[in-house]
Amino acid sequence: MKVPIRWLKDYVDFDLSLGALVNRLALAGLEVSGINHWGLPAPEGLRLGAEDPYPVWDKDKIIIGLVTKVDKHPDADRLKLPTVEYGSGRSITMVTGAPNLSVGDTGQKVILALSGSVLFDGHATPKVLKELKPGKIRGITSDGMVCSGFELGISEDHDGIIILEDDAPIGMPLADYFGDSIIEIDILPNKARCLSMIGVAREVAAMTGGKLKPFEHKPHTFGPAITGKVNVVIQDTSACHRYTASLIENIKVAPSPAFLKRRLHQAGMRPINNIVDITNYVMLEQGQPLHAFDYDVLYSRAKGKTPEIVIRFATKGEKIKTLDGLDRELSTETLVITDTLGPIAIAGLMGGAETEVTESTSRVLLESANFDFLAIRKAMKSMALPSEAATRFSKGIHPDQVIGGANRALQLMQEFAHGLPAEGRIDCYPSPKPLQVIDFSLAEAKRILGIAIPLEECTKLLTSLEFKVEKVSNEMLRVTAPTHRLDIQVGVADLLEDIARLYGYDKFPETSLSEQLPPVLIDPELDFERKIKDTLVHLGLQETIAYSLTSPEAESAFLESAKPAYVTLLNPISSERTVMRQSLMASIVSLTQANLKHTECVKFFEVGKVYQKVSGQTLPLEPYKLAIAICGPRNKPFWVEDSSGKNNLNFYDLKGIVEGLTSGVHLEKVSFKPGNHPALHPGKCAALMIHDKVAGMFGVLHPKLASTLGLDNHEIIAAEFDMQTLASGLPVRYLSKPVSRFPAALRDIAVVVDQAITGQTVTAEIQAAGGNVLKVARLFDIYQGDRVPAGTKSLAFALSYQADDRTLNDKEVDKLHKKIEDRLKHVLKAQIRGKEV
Amino acid sequence: MSDLDSLKNRALDQLGACSDESTLRAWNSHYFGKNGEMLAALKKVSELPPESRKEYGQQANIVKEQLSLDQLGACSDESTLRAWNSHFFGKNGEMLAALKKVSELPPESRKEYGQQANIVKEQLSASYETALKNCLEQAMLKSLETEKLDISLPGMIPAAGKLHLATQTLRDIQATFAEMGFQVFRSREIEEDEFNFGLLNMPPHHPARDMWDTFHTTDPGLILRTHTSPGQIHVMRKFHPAPIRVILPGMCYRYEAITTRSEIMFHQVEGLVVGTNVSMTDLIGTITAFTRKMFGDSRQVRIRSSYFPFTEPSIEVDMDCIVCGGKGCPLCKKTGWLEIMGAGMVHPEVMKNGGYDPSKYSGFAFGMGPERIAMLRHAIEDIREFWGNDMRFLSQF
Repeated sequence: MKVPIRWLKDYVDFDLSLGALVNRLALAGLEVSGINHWGLPAPEGLRLGAEDPYPVWDKDKIIIGLVTKVDKHPDADRLKLPTVEYGSGRSITMVTGAPNLSVGDTGQKVILALSGSVLFDGHATPKVLKELKPGKIRGITSDGMVCSGFELGISEDHDGIIILEDDAPIGMPLADYFGDSIIEIDILPNKARCLSMIGVAREVAAMTGGKLKPFEHKPHTFGPAITGKVNVVIQDTSACHRYTASLIENIKVAPSPAFLKRRLHQAGMRPINNIVDITNYVMLEQGQPLHAFDYDVLYSRAKGKTPEIVIRFATKGEKIKTLDGLDRELSTETLVITDTLGPIAIAGLMGGAETEVTESTSRVLLESANFDFLAIRKAMKSMALPSEAATRFSKGIHPDQVIGGANRALQLMQEFAHGLPAEGRIDCYPSPKPLQVIDFSLAEAKRILGIAIPLEECTKLLTSLEFKVEKVSNEMLRVTAPTHRLDIQVGVADLLEDIARLYGYDKFPETSLSEQLPPVLIDPELDFERKIKDTLVHLGLQETIAYSLTSPEAESAFLESAKPAYVTLLNPISSERTVMRQSLMASIVSLTQANLKHTECVKFFEVGKVYQKVSGQTLPLEPYKLAIAICGPRNKPFWVEDSSGKNNLNFYDLKGIVEGLTSGVHLEKVSFKPGNHPALHPGKCAALMIHDKVAGMFGVLHPKLASTLGLDNHEIIAAEFDMQTLASGLPVRYLSKPVSRFPAALRDIAVVVDQAITGQTVTAEIQAAGGNVLKVARLFDIYQGDRVPAGTKSLAFALSYQADDRTLNDKEVDKLHKKIEDRLKHVLKAQIRGKEV
Repeated sequence: MSDLDSLKNRALDQLGACSDESTLRAWNSHYFGKNGEMLAALKKVSELPPESRKEYGQQANIVKEQLSLDQLGACSDESTLRAWNSHFFGKNGEMLAALKKVSELPPESRKEYGQQANIVKEQLSASYETALKNCLEQAMLKSLETEKLDISLPGMIPAAGKLHLATQTLRDIQATFAEMGFQVFRSREIEEDEFNFGLLNMPPHHPARDMWDTFHTTDPGLILRTHTSPGQIHVMRKFHPAPIRVILPGMCYRYEAITTRSEIMFHQVEGLVVGTNVSMTDLIGTITAFTRKMFGDSRQVRIRSSYFPFTEPSIEVDMDCIVCGGKGCPLCKKTGWLEIMGAGMVHPEVMKNGGYDPSKYSGFAFGMGPERIAMLRHAIEDIREFWGNDMRFLSQF
């Protein structure tokens, strides 16, 4: 809502600087988002966002003047030489190209800028401020200029100069005449009443203690009564709560007076003609939208009968040509104003073209009505017809507002369009809205607000907002809401809002919660997630958070063909984000790929939700998943080392991360099996098993997929696990192992076994033979090649023997070592290297 | 014995002229080598008449010892010292050889020879230990002087993992509220319209719904939650009539254009307190405490009247600008204040919908955006950085 301060002061006197006013409005819930300056310097203490520079109208140099004559330029046909008188006998002649001044003109009031004025350069875009300097244009001295709105910084229009109203005082500084600050207020849904100057004025009066000026106006004379000139029938009373019609005859349609046009312009509306402008002006002033029909058109459509206005929902197939010239088909959800021949306006949204006010209109039927906000909202949305009127209706207006609005319009039409209003009005108001009366107890106020505001103070604050307050007891007030308020609905809580904001939140003390602590709330999933994240971070991985919105195409390669149905968006913002994701691996691989463009080594993980529809259930599942992706050299090249041979991260790095993770969070019953995943290399894929249940897969990205993604030069190793399955491996408690105080004996063993035998099998056999004295059996080398027979491989383990109760002697170790060798020879047909026969 | 003396003097002169390891080694092998002069001199004993043998042997040993000691003194570093040691005391060292010689002597000389030899041995080895110790100390001192690293060269930073900035901020917020007794309650992201709007006092077509641009799904009535507020209803329905003090963190979605200031997906942290003794001043106290814990204990908090359909009265909470302290700067757009959260007393209708009697129970709720808080804290200009997941961005935090 754009509020020019001068206009606001028509309704309320207040003694506050603009900066202070803006601040007070913000605290009271009317946030000012910007200011449009009309020539006045930015006031002290105003704290609003950085603004573009604008011209400040110098009072000595930018002055209202009178054109006394306009001469021809001797050398240029397009240029003219107006002489402008600007008070105290001073006058000046200058050169102008303004198309709306002609040779021989005299008597226009114009805005004169003398040299030294700082204005927008009329020839520069983007706008730049420029000081006006004396100079010669085509040989003629020109020490001033007549201004357009563009140069003054109040409009985009620089086709012609501003011609002021005839009574503009010659010699008055323009800043004094209409210099202004227009504040733009963001109106919250519960403050719809402030979508009007008077609405804002009421708030300003309440918060400053300023006095509201009377704003009820009526025409001073009336013509013959309206009786018999028009009938009104509200067919659907749930959608139209009240409809009034007034008749004004003897109208002369013409452009509006300059001040009215200027105010509409300041408030962001375009002037059309005096009648339409007056309906808009009243809407801006009072918040009540109005509509003017050409009564003679209605009369002729009625074909000799009394025109009858019927408010109803449109019937199927009904059409109307609206003011904007468009033929519109109406839905049965659209409320329309009709006469005997059909729709003449879409209620609250837009009038029809046929009945609109034109230059030849002499009788106007003025509609001031109240429509249900829901009906208008639906129509506004379905027809995509937002307008100033529709916006106000759709937020709700009190039905009592129609009378003041109609009266004000009649008075203005009398004053500015020669109108003669008919006596009386047609007023259809089938079920008048009852007054809202609320019993307000001080104890309740104290309970919710936490402070005791005295009865007198509450009375004063509520009265300042025009509530009627009646004291019932020392503890209780009976409060009647004013009829411009629709937001007082639930009762005391609504009044508390007004009391608190007017009382001032800065006077509220800060207290600590004294309420008892609630019972303990345990979320094992959250605790587990935290552990998983911390462990992976300690393992050197970076957490990522990807969009949960994706497209089926982006992740099809990562999912089994038999997958749950997608949660699909009805209104996606782009074709790349049409569904809620089902694969975390797809998004983390894509993030990895994006990062490889600039980062050599990527190690990512994400814990996040996937979304799966379940047939027969309203709500989809939202299980948490863990995804990991790694790619790139294991170590960064470093100057102290030879970095020529890069060792890239491989399957075993990811496996190490998974092992580090499962042991780090103390999962039990963890094992690995060869896996199978649509996005992973079939031979380089493992399943992580918890309690013999697949928790997820990890492995090397399938070469075919990698190639499709353009990742031929990178080997990404990726994983996705189900968080709940992982959590199933969490023990209730995990036990510590005593640390042996006796020294360990270290021995290596290298065995040659058949290639098909897995490392895990060999390790298991070593462990089985070594028993509990063998504390560690760590694989440190693997060899396949010329030095071992074809079809075999050599595995080397570092073994650590250690007893818990004594120092092992060489003989004991030898014996055990031999036992292990024998078992490997026997069970796995292994050869012990270095001991070939 | 003049030939022994001259041998000694000659050898000592030459030793004095030795300046480095190689000349020392050459000296050593000349006198103490297999065919060295010293050995030759020792061997001469057998050529002497028996009565002179003993004395010659003693003399020869004394010369040898002196020469050896001098030689030891000339050893200038650890390796020549150790070479000296192995030359005399090694497996095939001279000392052992000299000791073994006792068997070659006539029985009457053996005892004395043995004693002499042992004295020589002890003296030599004691001298060696001292010399070695000194030498090592010298070497250490020298290396401390000479071994200088170029400390300007870059270090090797261990590849550390990090939590996402959003997670870090969420954890900070959670930890701050945990100190005030708030526990975490999480709820679903895909919600029924009824929970996201209806039960929060926004029946269908309510004007306030315009405040949230919503992603709808192809299932009628199913939407992506636009705020964490539906969690209020879930938590109240789960725990009523017990008191509640929770924060509800989670991902929310809005149908918006993605720009530097707005995202389609963002975290929110909602707070909810319900009980029989919960008021607006408690709300103000709680969020002021939070603000000071998060942003510094001198932060000023300003409360403005606002509007949310599910709270009444509703407030907006600002804090004085963390950059300019309220003077006005680009961060606060010259206002001196930064908006950090919306809040209010739980609307009586919402209390009812949660299962609490609003005439007995009251509550407050607040909501904030962790991404926005992180942007303020770290001067992040573009909200799109969060889900862009660029390592170069993420690794900074």
